Amino acid sequence: MTLTALARTRAIVICCGSGGVGKTTAAAALALEGARLGRSAVVVTIDPAKRLANAMGLDELSNTPKRIDGDWPGELWAMMLDTKSTFDALVLKYAPDRSQAESILRNRFYRNIAGALSGTQEYMAMEKLFELHESGQFELIVVDTPPTRNALDFIDAPRRLTRFLDNRIFRWLMLPTRAYLKAVNVATQALLRTISRVVGSEVIKDAVAFFRAFEGMEDGFRDRAQRVLALLSDPGTAFVLVASPRRDAVEEASFFADKLRDAGLPVESLVVNRLHPRFGAGRPEADRERARTLAGTDLGALFANLADFRLVAQREDEHIAGLASKVAPAPVTRVPFLPTDVHDLEGLREVGGYLFDVAG
Amino acid sequence: MDPAGFCKQSRVVIVAGKGGVGKTTVTAALALVAARTGLRTLVVEVEGKSGLAAAFGAPRLGYEEIVLSPGRGGGEADVRARTLTPDDALLEYLEDHGLRRVSKRLVQSGAIDVVSTAVPGIKDILILGKVKQLERAGVADLIVLDAPAAGHAVSFLMSPRGLLDAARVGPIRTQAQEVLDLLTDPARCQVVLVTLPEETPVNELVETAFALEDRVGLSLGPVVVNGLYATVDGLESDPDVAAEAAAATLRQGEAEALRDAAEFRRRRHALQQEQVGRLESALPLPQLRLPFLFTPDIGPAEVETLADVLAKEIEALQ
Repeated sequence: MTLTALARTRAIVICCGSGGVGKTTAAAALALEGARLGRSAVVVTIDPAKRLANAMGLDELSNTPKRIDGDWPGELWAMMLDTKSTFDALVLKYAPDRSQAESILRNRFYRNIAGALSGTQEYMAMEKLFELHESGQFELIVVDTPPTRNALDFIDAPRRLTRFLDNRIFRWLMLPTRAYLKAVNVATQALLRTISRVVGSEVIKDAVAFFRAFEGMEDGFRDRAQRVLALLSDPGTAFVLVASPRRDAVEEASFFADKLRDAGLPVESLVVNRLHPRFGAGRPEADRERARTLAGTDLGALFANLADFRLVAQREDEHIAGLASKVAPAPVTRVPFLPTDVHDLEGLREVGGYLFDVAG
Repeated sequence: MDPAGFCKQSRVVIVAGKGGVGKTTVTAALALVAARTGLRTLVVEVEGKSGLAAAFGAPRLGYEEIVLSPGRGGGEADVRARTLTPDDALLEYLEDHGLRRVSKRLVQSGAIDVVSTAVPGIKDILILGKVKQLERAGVADLIVLDAPAAGHAVSFLMSPRGLLDAARVGPIRTQAQEVLDLLTDPARCQVVLVTLPEETPVNELVETAFALEDRVGLSLGPVVVNGLYATVDGLESDPDVAAEAAAATLRQGEAEALRDAAEFRRRRHALQQEQVGRLESALPLPQLRLPFLFTPDIGPAEVETLADVLAKEIEALQ
């Protein structure tokens, strides 16, 4: 489906791809297009370049969307995900009482999970998406995904976290001392002693305290994770793959495309950023040959230069063709290399000119 | 500066930068420069990516060392390479500490996930700890570490500082202290940051550089600016005039394609120079500049080319 159609009809658009390919910009441009089409749109960014964030009025992490004023008929909102506050809010929501919540929020082990557990950022991005969707405030929610190497963390993260919280070792640890000694075999005791010895016993104490405080909340989290996953496979949700035409970026993008398809979440639109311009339809080999026969003249230099760029273009086309066939029938939108980075709404509009139908 | 002297400044060089800036290519070229001066060079890769092996035309790397590029004689040494993953490093660590029996169980039971959550940075410290061990054991004259990509480079190199705060006792603390000693001793370790001559990568490089110096106390080597368009003489000429001068005829549309391509290169070149200048004024570190290669892929021939340029750039350093 074209990007214009996605911005016009879908409730949720998730932009994925590796880092440095212009994913955040594409996400912001999609939300702006939604607003331009008269919808109420919000973009959730993960780690935008500073100047783009400033342009969108996002000076710091915030857990609530801010409205950006402009001459569009709809509404444009933006927010920059604050992983830790999102997690804190979730704990507050599922803790049976205030004091249990407080004891979790104070726990050092919890603070590490909220700040450092791989996948937490991805999980919280999806959690925020779910929350915004439930609020009913927005017709279009565009989500930028973290630039992780582990492509599908944002789909696996909820499941991984609940599995983590179910960890068997800590079931044993939470038993009262005497029962614990009975239940835990010698090998496990040795294991726990080893962990304490290597990392220090405080770490184990913090972890035990956390799992004890968390007791009884796993169900709430698991249920929530299920609903987040259901939302991802909802027909109102679309995945847009963003790539640049370099070999490594294309390899990562192919990996994403495969994984999304396996998860039953096909890519509906492909954006390829940072393309070199095309200079007519000649073959680089022919230009190179002319450069050789004309070596030493200005014309030879001009042909050598043209050969360089036509070779780059040829290689980019091969990369894109491979990726396009992988995500077919998703349409491919090409965006040329832009002389400056996008750091204001004007720049977003310019990118929008390449992404969306002019008439739309 | 003489490339041999440059490569002998420290036993470990960590190459770091955001994804897509060509960090792995720079790692490969630098390793080759070192090996050519006769230094036994070991490249350590930590993400299990295949780019490094491909650059030398070799199959995928593993935990066991392989020779990536044999020395060509005349006093040249080999470039060897291996990967290092936190899981492997942990198993080895436990085995080295007489804990072989529990190590498997630790991984199987999932306790390892819990531990790495409880102690953020433990995975990074295991990798850096292993690098430190390799350095101490003198397995190579120069170890080039291809650091993890993205903003992760900072947290990767910050891990020992963080751990010293988190773990107050025990072998992990000792390990963190020893790694920090390695990282902050310019005679043992230096960090080479890589960027592209573009706005956002330059901004991020400057931020990373200051964070690493101020917060970790690292010593930064020169920065590598990768992917610069070389200047080509003759691109200022008008194609029709140049054709007349060369007594050649141009086909329909050719003059326009030649003119547009030359114009594009000049414009990009100017933009790149602007970014190089911006980097120069924002960050008082010497720069090593590598060209953009108009070739389909990076293979052994391209690495050779880049190593040639890199050696010349090093020679030009004060």
